[in-house]
Amino acid sequence: MPAPGVVLIAAVLLIVLALVYYLVSTILALRQVTAGLDEAISGVVEIIEKSAPVAEVVQDINANLDAGVGLLEGLLVKKAGLADSMGLIEGLYPGAAAEGLRNFPDSGAITPPRISEVYTKGTLTLARLGREAPIAAASPNGPVLRNVEGGSLDARSLYPEVRQTRPEKLSRSPVIGTDAPVQYEPSEQRGGTTPDEAELREKGQWAETAAEGIVPAELGGSDAPPELLAEDPQLGSSALGETTGSEEPATERGIDPNAGDEADATTDGGPEPPEEGAEPDLKDAAATSRQVDADDRS
Amino acid sequence: MILWWIGDLLLLVVVLPVVVYLLKGVLDAARSIVPSVRRIAAAAQAGSKDLDAVPLLLTTQAHVKTTVEVVANYGGSLDVIIDDAS
Repeated sequence: MPAPGVVLIAAVLLIVLALVYYLVSTILALRQVTAGLDEAISGVVEIIEKSAPVAEVVQDINANLDAGVGLLEGLLVKKAGLADSMGLIEGLYPGAAAEGLRNFPDSGAITPPRISEVYTKGTLTLARLGREAPIAAASPNGPVLRNVEGGSLDARSLYPEVRQTRPEKLSRSPVIGTDAPVQYEPSEQRGGTTPDEAELREKGQWAETAAEGIVPAELGGSDAPPELLAEDPQLGSSALGETTGSEEPATERGIDPNAGDEADATTDGGPEPPEEGAEPDLKDAAATSRQVDADDRS
Repeated sequence: MILWWIGDLLLLVVVLPVVVYLLKGVLDAARSIVPSVRRIAAAAQAGSKDLDAVPLLLTTQAHVKTTVEVVANYGGSLDVIIDDAS
């Protein structure tokens, strides 16, 4: 074989070797690309599958929120009026009134009244209720309920409630007793005497209860006419007792009048005590005085 | 004979370098795709992982529905207890 033929064969062989090397390398690189694309495609498929229900859910959420916004806007405008509503919104969220209400296109053109300076009962009530609502938690100034100055304490002072003004002295409760502006004369007596003013001064405040009397007869007291009483009064005279209505002593001998104003039924009344040195008898036990009383007298 | 030598020279000096240059270009292009594809795959997987929270939207949906119902009840009560502006 001539020399040029050998060189030709060598050149062709070199070209084939180059083709083999580079093509095999390209094939390996393309396989890596294929593997990477398969991995990427699986990730994209997951994204598609996971995001498929998002649109439906978000649309439902938006629909619900739109309904809530429409409800609150409608309620606010209905209760406070469109102008006051814009003032209230501007007072709570400065700058928000310029955007207007979604369902009231003309609301953006209204100049909002300065609700923060001029309160009305309706807007204040709505503001207080609205601030306490969970939806107000998104206020840029934070939850209002934890803000004492921004809460409803100041709003309370605008209402005609006497206690809200923190008065130093309130009117007193109804007075009872001898100084009471309304006095009821006692119409019945259930033992003892009705204390007069002198006796009240001597005995003290506890006796005033009797001075007030019990339930007057005209109001259905126990001595009221039978037509005013219940068919079967729970307590009658046998239970409540009554005075004799006379000065006659209740006992046979009565109290010894010799003792005068200092007379005491325990020492100056009762049977004669037995003579000194006499045999004691059980029947005389009541006639003797206690040793303590005897010592006191001596 | 001279033509043989001229043909061999062209084959070695022109054809072989051109073939090698072209094949190397194809190989470089193929190899440059590989890292890009790997970055795309990593991004797709990261994006898929970020969407793992999508089912929580169902919870959000339920909460929003409940909240709007509460607001509706609240508004209904206010509508009853508060006088209208006009």
